[in-house]
Amino acid sequence: MAKGFRPGLVSANDLITGAVIYLASDDSWVARPEDADLITDEARAATRLAHIEAQPGRAVGAYIAPAEPGASGPRPAHIREHFRASGPSAPARASWGENHA
Amino acid sequence: MLDGHDYLTRRVEEFRTQVARRIDGSLTEEEFRPLRLMNGLYLQLHAYMLRVALPYGSLRPDQLRALAEISERWDRGYGHFTTRQNIQFNWPRLVDVPDMLARLAEVGLHAIQTSGNTIRNVTADPFAGAGAGEVADPRPVAELIRLWSTDHPEFQFLPRKFKIAVTGAPEDRAITAANDIGVRIVEKDGERGYRVLAGGGLGRTPFVGQVLRDFLPEADLLPYLEAVLGSYNLAGRRDNKYKARIKITLQEQGLAAFTAEVERRFAALRPSFSGADRQVLAELRTRFAAPGFAARSTATFDEARTADPVFRAWADINLRAHQRADHAIAIISLKPVGGVPGDASAAQMRVVADLAERFGHGDIRAGLDQNLILPHVHRADLPALHAGLREAGLATANAGLGTDIVACPGLDYCSLATARSIPVAQEIARRIEDIAAETGPLNIRISGCINACGHHHLGDIGILGLEKAGAESYQVTLGGRPGTDMAIGRRTGPGFGADEIVPAIDRAVRASLALRLPGETFAETLARTGPDPFVAALYEETSDAV
Repeated sequence: MAKGFRPGLVSANDLITGAVIYLASDDSWVARPEDADLITDEARAATRLAHIEAQPGRAVGAYIAPAEPGASGPRPAHIREHFRASGPSAPARASWGENHA
Repeated sequence: MLDGHDYLTRRVEEFRTQVARRIDGSLTEEEFRPLRLMNGLYLQLHAYMLRVALPYGSLRPDQLRALAEISERWDRGYGHFTTRQNIQFNWPRLVDVPDMLARLAEVGLHAIQTSGNTIRNVTADPFAGAGAGEVADPRPVAELIRLWSTDHPEFQFLPRKFKIAVTGAPEDRAITAANDIGVRIVEKDGERGYRVLAGGGLGRTPFVGQVLRDFLPEADLLPYLEAVLGSYNLAGRRDNKYKARIKITLQEQGLAAFTAEVERRFAALRPSFSGADRQVLAELRTRFAAPGFAARSTATFDEARTADPVFRAWADINLRAHQRADHAIAIISLKPVGGVPGDASAAQMRVVADLAERFGHGDIRAGLDQNLILPHVHRADLPALHAGLREAGLATANAGLGTDIVACPGLDYCSLATARSIPVAQEIARRIEDIAAETGPLNIRISGCINACGHHHLGDIGILGLEKAGAESYQVTLGGRPGTDMAIGRRTGPGFGADEIVPAIDRAVRASLALRLPGETFAETLARTGPDPFVAALYEETSDAV
């Protein structure tokens, strides 16, 4: 592993929905980091990113999101990535109206 | 008119084509990004975000209903009101945005210039035309500036974004000194004109705006603004985005040198303004004439205030003085304790629209503190208004209190954020709810990063969320204030961890109750004692500040 490289997942936002997506080992995009391909090698990371950049139709802003091995697959290794994976921590709206509309 | 339906429809259809070309691969993201930003469409942490301008904070009921409809048809049934009189939708799909913009255009709203290095939505005193003591209604001036600045060909690619605020009242509720240009309507020797400030701003290098012209004759406004923008456009730094705002230009050049250049440019520009701008301003003043106020008894207000303690608490806390004694300005708090500051559901938006039609001359305002306002309510109608708001969960009696917390979206949504804001605001509100009324006016503001969208510098208590060693860390400032004598809060010391910040703020607020003299506000106590006793309270139980 090259010095300074942090293992991670190829992550991006979905072009249509903006949702957070991760690249799996079979080149498909998945919604959960646990299902993604954990990249531990800088050269492979560059290859994977180049592969994605050549197919810009699905993903926006691909980059290597810091991650680490977890019990059920890769998990985010940075606070920002934690929230990207889990969604907003706060209930996201004034709830009144759901039963009053 | 620039906001005419034809113009907006052309812009929407242009963007619709651009979206289609992005989806079919004709445009790369690099090519598409500036196009979507020109239409107010950001890509945030979890989704796209559409920022819609509410010019100078004014809304009609049909516009608010359209926003409600948009939130339900193409988003998740709510909207988020910001600190700059915008509303944001947090979950639109790219393919739906042209339809959202088309619906906005039907009611004269848009998202143009809500992003990018251009002149952003012009903000103004949310009590415009209603606040007691006002020199003049700032909305015609704000609208004139909006018409001039929208699609202005010279100012679409400024060194950095540019914010203009206008007030017509001695009490500066538009926070003009925190803007790139602040315009204050003033009178001198019986003549009406403007005091023009420049170089204010928050963010990583906060500055209070400086006076460029103490008194600018009314006829000179647009050529003078054009001179300021033109001077900045040439001199502003484009080599470093963190030094690109006019506040840095002004600091680097010095007030005298920058003003001299503005005046030189103004002298050259002035003859080219033939007076058409003044004609437009005169026409705009007729559009913003006061509504037809009815003279009625206010007895029902007095009776309800005596009989109903819940109404009395709301009336005492959420009403502000109107120009007419028989009317009031009603603040609709979007800060229920434990709720998300600034969020309103579609159903709540419709309720506010209905109540504005029934009791408020169809006039709704978005404040700069993430609340809504009905600026013209007859006192006789206030009990019924309160009942309607209460039914909709909109009658929280906390306007200006410690639970009325201003908070940016923070790391829960924003791609720039370094820490969460919303959960901190929610938990602080819960912790101090029991003493909020007793404490009285208290201005708590939270930003989730150095960009300061939560205006933390201006809080009696300001909280800035940062990332430190992979964890959230919160710096506290004390003694900030918005308004005519705007001040930047001063940092108290080391930051607090995410599990430390709420108890620390709780201790500081409770300390104020022990420290204060009868009748003092938090700010007055702080000014009298200095920060030391508050700092002691903040750090009392922090053994390991981060």
